[in-house]
Amino acid sequence: MDQTTLNIIVVGLSFCLYFGIAIWARAGSTSEFYAAGRGVNPVINGMATAADWMSAASFISMAGLIAFVGYSNSTFLMGWTGGYVLMAMLLAPYLRKFGKYTVPEFIGDRYYSTAARMVAVVALIVISVTYVIGQMTGAGVAFSRFLEVDVTTGLYIASATVFVYAVLGGMKGITYTQVAQYVVLIIAYTIPAIFISLQLTGNPIPGLGLFSNMAPGTAGAGTPLLVTLDGLVTDLGFNQYTTGSSPWLMALFTLSLMIGTAGLPHVIIRFFTVPKVADARWSAGWALVFIALLYLTAPAVGAMARLNIMTTMWPNGVEGEAVAVDDLPDWFETWQVTGLLGVEDKNGDGLIQYYNESGAGMAELAAERGWAGNELITFNRDILVLANPEIANLPGWVIALIAAGGLAAALSTAAGLLLAISSAISHDLIKSTLNPNISEKGELLAARISMAGAIVLATYLGLNPPGFAAQTVALAFGLAAASLFPTLMMGIFSKRMNSAGATWGMLAGLISTSLYLFAYLGVFFIPGTAWLTSDQYLFGIPPTHFGPIGAVLNFAVAFLVSRATAAPPEHIQELVESVRIPRGAGAAMNK
Amino acid sequence: MADKPNNNAYWSANIRLVTICLVIWAVVSYGFAILLRPMLSGIAVGGTDLGFWFAQQGSILVFLVLIFFYAWRMNKLDKEHGVDE
Repeated sequence: MDQTTLNIIVVGLSFCLYFGIAIWARAGSTSEFYAAGRGVNPVINGMATAADWMSAASFISMAGLIAFVGYSNSTFLMGWTGGYVLMAMLLAPYLRKFGKYTVPEFIGDRYYSTAARMVAVVALIVISVTYVIGQMTGAGVAFSRFLEVDVTTGLYIASATVFVYAVLGGMKGITYTQVAQYVVLIIAYTIPAIFISLQLTGNPIPGLGLFSNMAPGTAGAGTPLLVTLDGLVTDLGFNQYTTGSSPWLMALFTLSLMIGTAGLPHVIIRFFTVPKVADARWSAGWALVFIALLYLTAPAVGAMARLNIMTTMWPNGVEGEAVAVDDLPDWFETWQVTGLLGVEDKNGDGLIQYYNESGAGMAELAAERGWAGNELITFNRDILVLANPEIANLPGWVIALIAAGGLAAALSTAAGLLLAISSAISHDLIKSTLNPNISEKGELLAARISMAGAIVLATYLGLNPPGFAAQTVALAFGLAAASLFPTLMMGIFSKRMNSAGATWGMLAGLISTSLYLFAYLGVFFIPGTAWLTSDQYLFGIPPTHFGPIGAVLNFAVAFLVSRATAAPPEHIQELVESVRIPRGAGAAMNK
Repeated sequence: MADKPNNNAYWSANIRLVTICLVIWAVVSYGFAILLRPMLSGIAVGGTDLGFWFAQQGSILVFLVLIFFYAWRMNKLDKEHGVDE
């Protein structure tokens, strides 16, 4: 059986499973469509949250981001897990106690203002749409590679799949589909990692293998893996793997990802599905357990894949001859077809020299050894995890599993995001503002129609992607950090915060962050519409790092405006009191 | 309401707990893994230093412990202050 057939079978089986669950758990009421009837076990919800959260960026892009940069990109590891500490302690239990369906609904009620609710809806839609782009491009790449269709067709297949099960399932269907998708994606991610860790270090746990010595029989046997890797990359003019520069920018970016994570509406609403406040607290811990299984593995996957690529390109060591064009492994050919990997024998010696042309002293070394520039001309970071089993010569079923896992990661997150978008439109816009008399059935229909619209938009943006999947996602974090997180937090922790303060604060965070992003990356990331360049960063802060600054502006404006205006009415202060204590969350269950 | 002072004590205990947890959260990630890494460079771990380990493994493990500790402690506080379900 050839590899493509095997891929189609494994992916097809996983899809049958998801569709089956979606049909079994389809939503019959708005409570089920928005919050799975609030009957989800905290461990199950933790698993669903992990799948909801771990996107194409986590599964496909993150290890590649770490592999080609090293230590400096540890920011993604800490940022995308540390946010759960904030969410578990500052938001999730209280918002569960509040007991409604959407994030804008809390903001609208707490700040007794339709205007605040509408600003929150805008923030939610901008964040979730930005985020969904990365999922669509990730799914498109996975489809195109594994099912041998071009990226555009892959994207259409991905959209159609999400369409079927997100529209049918609602939160209830999505929850149980996500559990299945988590199982698929974590198996797909860890199995190749365990094999590779065993091959390289003899340690079956990748997170421990990363800090172990190279196994006997490998290049560099007996020395620590990271020392071997550092040696190889620096010899070829790349930056040292275990060191980085600009610690303050690293810290700022980590903070941006952490606050952003805590403020992501599609993750927050997952905590609305558990029965009690105490469950919401436990559930956040379980979510991080399931997330950590992948996040503790990812840095090992990155480092080990980088090492494998280095030894593939330089089978005789850096001092010896580079790999011959004819000896390139098979996976090179399969990936060159996608255009995401490319080699060019510039000096015509029949060998492929891979090195960093602009590294210190590399020009001299190249002249001495007759190199005419780096000949591995394209290596898209996003393919690293997808090609990983092939790079390590693992059997065909592992490759098929990676295909299913990548798609599970992209689709589960896309479904969660689309639910957040459609519930904001149908519940916050239509039900509460435009047509309060809409029937339960009408609202369900409206939720499904708005989901369809969101998918069409996401597909269009996926066809015109602004960059790597992980970077696209990073932008959504800045917006979540600057708009929703501060407003939600103040709504719980400050009784004095009032409607005007929250609304102006949110606007300040949202507008300042959007402007900063658009100025450097283009209006809505459309190429050619940026009006500032990267050497004009304010205080050297890149747009992806702006989230915490936007959050500070939000807090500051909210504080000043609220102090200049009247305190919130008595019943709102009582609402805050009641949100702070767990008792009574179950009673709010079926509202 | 009779339970008002009780709730205030509950709330300040919560704030105290959150503060302690978030200080640890910040020290391991922003501190050990990034800004204080040079100070830990003397402690070798598997071919690199402790700061690198915190950046790629340690912080995540500490985050996990923090969330479970918080959940356990808060659920206990709920009962002590009679605000549990």
